[in-house]
Amino acid sequence: MQQLISVSGVVVPLDRSNVDTDQIIPKQYLKSIKRTGFGVNLFDDWRYLDPGEPGMDHSTRRVNPEFVLNQPQYQGASILLARENFGCGSSREHAPWAILEYGIRVVIAPSYADIFYNNSFKNGLLPLALSASEIDRLFELTASGDAIELTVDLPTQTVSGPEGFVASFEIDPFRKTCLLEGLDEIGLSLKEADAIRAYESRRQQETPWLFQQVK
Amino acid sequence: MAGKTLYDKLWDSHLVRQRDDGSALIYIDRHLLHEVTSPQAFEGLALAGRSPWRLDANLATVDHNVPTQNQAAGVGAIADPTSRLQVQTLDENCDSFGITQFKMADPRAGIVHVIGPEQGATLPGMTVVCGDSHTATHGAFGALAHGIGTSEVEHVLATQCLVAKKMKNMRITVTGPLGYGVTAKDVILAIIGEIGTAGGTGCAIEFAGEGIESLSMEGRMTVCNMAIEAGARVGLVAVDEKTIEYVKGRPYAPVGDLWSEAEAYWRTLVSDADAVFDHDIVIDGTVIEPQVSWGTNPEMVTGVNGAVPDPALIDDPIKRGTVERALKYMGLSGGQSIQSIRLDRVFIGSCTNSRIEDLREAAKVVDGKRVADSVLQAMVVPGSGLVKAQAEAEGLDQIFLEAGFEWRDPGCSMCLAMNADKLGAGEHCASTSNRNFEGRQGAGGRTHLVSPAMAAAAAVAGHFVDVRDWL
Repeated sequence: MQQLISVSGVVVPLDRSNVDTDQIIPKQYLKSIKRTGFGVNLFDDWRYLDPGEPGMDHSTRRVNPEFVLNQPQYQGASILLARENFGCGSSREHAPWAILEYGIRVVIAPSYADIFYNNSFKNGLLPLALSASEIDRLFELTASGDAIELTVDLPTQTVSGPEGFVASFEIDPFRKTCLLEGLDEIGLSLKEADAIRAYESRRQQETPWLFQQVK
Repeated sequence: MAGKTLYDKLWDSHLVRQRDDGSALIYIDRHLLHEVTSPQAFEGLALAGRSPWRLDANLATVDHNVPTQNQAAGVGAIADPTSRLQVQTLDENCDSFGITQFKMADPRAGIVHVIGPEQGATLPGMTVVCGDSHTATHGAFGALAHGIGTSEVEHVLATQCLVAKKMKNMRITVTGPLGYGVTAKDVILAIIGEIGTAGGTGCAIEFAGEGIESLSMEGRMTVCNMAIEAGARVGLVAVDEKTIEYVKGRPYAPVGDLWSEAEAYWRTLVSDADAVFDHDIVIDGTVIEPQVSWGTNPEMVTGVNGAVPDPALIDDPIKRGTVERALKYMGLSGGQSIQSIRLDRVFIGSCTNSRIEDLREAAKVVDGKRVADSVLQAMVVPGSGLVKAQAEAEGLDQIFLEAGFEWRDPGCSMCLAMNADKLGAGEHCASTSNRNFEGRQGAGGRTHLVSPAMAAAAAVAGHFVDVRDWL
């Protein structure tokens, strides 16, 4: 997993609530058997004016100039700002894959859907939650249409930006460590293989029907 | 000390290790797989030189990409080469790792959340996970079931565990009796309309009360299936007689002494009378009417005798903007009556509503009637090969066909339009599926979520009608 310590960069403001994973990456791209190639189709239905299909040359498609991601001042953005319940809907991990591949490392919103939130951490994408008033303030700072930059510092759990904007955020310690060190979670869990085996042998006694062969 | 909730009991019995940092390792009894969210997990496993921890805990099927016509021809029937490759990749992964899979054309194949319970692969008291958010369905059996991402699919394959954090306990009590002609789908849509799409975020929701207890297992699955649309990864219903009866005799259910032992344990899978919930919500089930969604997320829903909200009457500018955007996408005007919405297509199917009871309810409504000429297509997609066979044995296929419905092979189909079944831009669809997001059923498509009976009646009328007048 990609490490994440500190990110400084342009913020792209997506002023919508309940952004669902079908919007983040539409289903036709989920037919891929790879982890890569999704960045160009991030927010595909909003970003392009013509319908997209896998395998197309997306560089020749008609872009929607009104959609924020296409506006020149937000090119190269590494932070995405949005409203509440970001990432609701399906469990597709293609959503954080697409966001990361586009170049975004941090999402800032008041709240997230659980599965998206969880999936993000597994890939080195930081979904951080600020209060509704802090989010309102950030949208105000972006309202002029000029790009603003923010710095997100994971060790101190702070976000800072123009006009003295400073906010702190919560993150659970395990996730923080994994992000800071880019840890392989499976490797960590396998260090507890003995505990897993001990659990299994106890459960085989207590609930033997759970260990019947499916065939 | 307060008693335990059902969720507490399930969590405690699967806790392998509680870590100091608040996270925990929990054991997974059943891992269901399908073709869309697994290929990258298998690849990761192979690249790391790891092998599955416990093969017999896994069960795989193909559902999202499969065509709903001519499945008997097998993988070759998939016209889209990318879809075909994804299905073949699952076949190859299951073959090479030794995982049990119901391949295309196997009569046991179908939508993963239909076949788990149908086979008895989902049992009360289990932890069940799958790389699909609608895994919440299996909670209807008093199992701790939720969707996971692809990294977690790989994690479960490699360790038979998940790193998790305990959720909060929410109980939603639906009082009863439900009104005549009101179904499980109406109940869950009304709940989401009430608590919102993020109302259950961070929670395991236990559905309780007469309004839930009176439902069949199929109905309870419909309710739990859509817990995720209220933001909750987990939906639960306590074990009772109906649960036990449903499980009995299923292929993977225990038999003999093991059955007796299991049954005694399963009967303990209820929340203690003195258990404390973090959130306790009561919904008056007696006033719920058949529901129809009008917007672009499942909380945008109202009763069939209601109207689309008028943005001009909404004070909060953010809420007004959200409704305006939804109505623009849906091609509806504020204040328009629900029954004036005309349908282009009707879809009866999906992991929410494709079980035998759903098909019976729909067939009862269309029996002897015809799909309206203005409806371009009305299709019924059974949830599994076995559901399809059962429906055919009961003659339901003939009822649908004579009414002008298409009778298809099983799969996820038009719920998410990963296969050839999709809406055209601007088309309105009465759909028994679970998500009315923009583009969900096809780019520009307009989804209205309803029960099977409501979808069937809409197909005949050409617009929404109160199905209770038809029963």
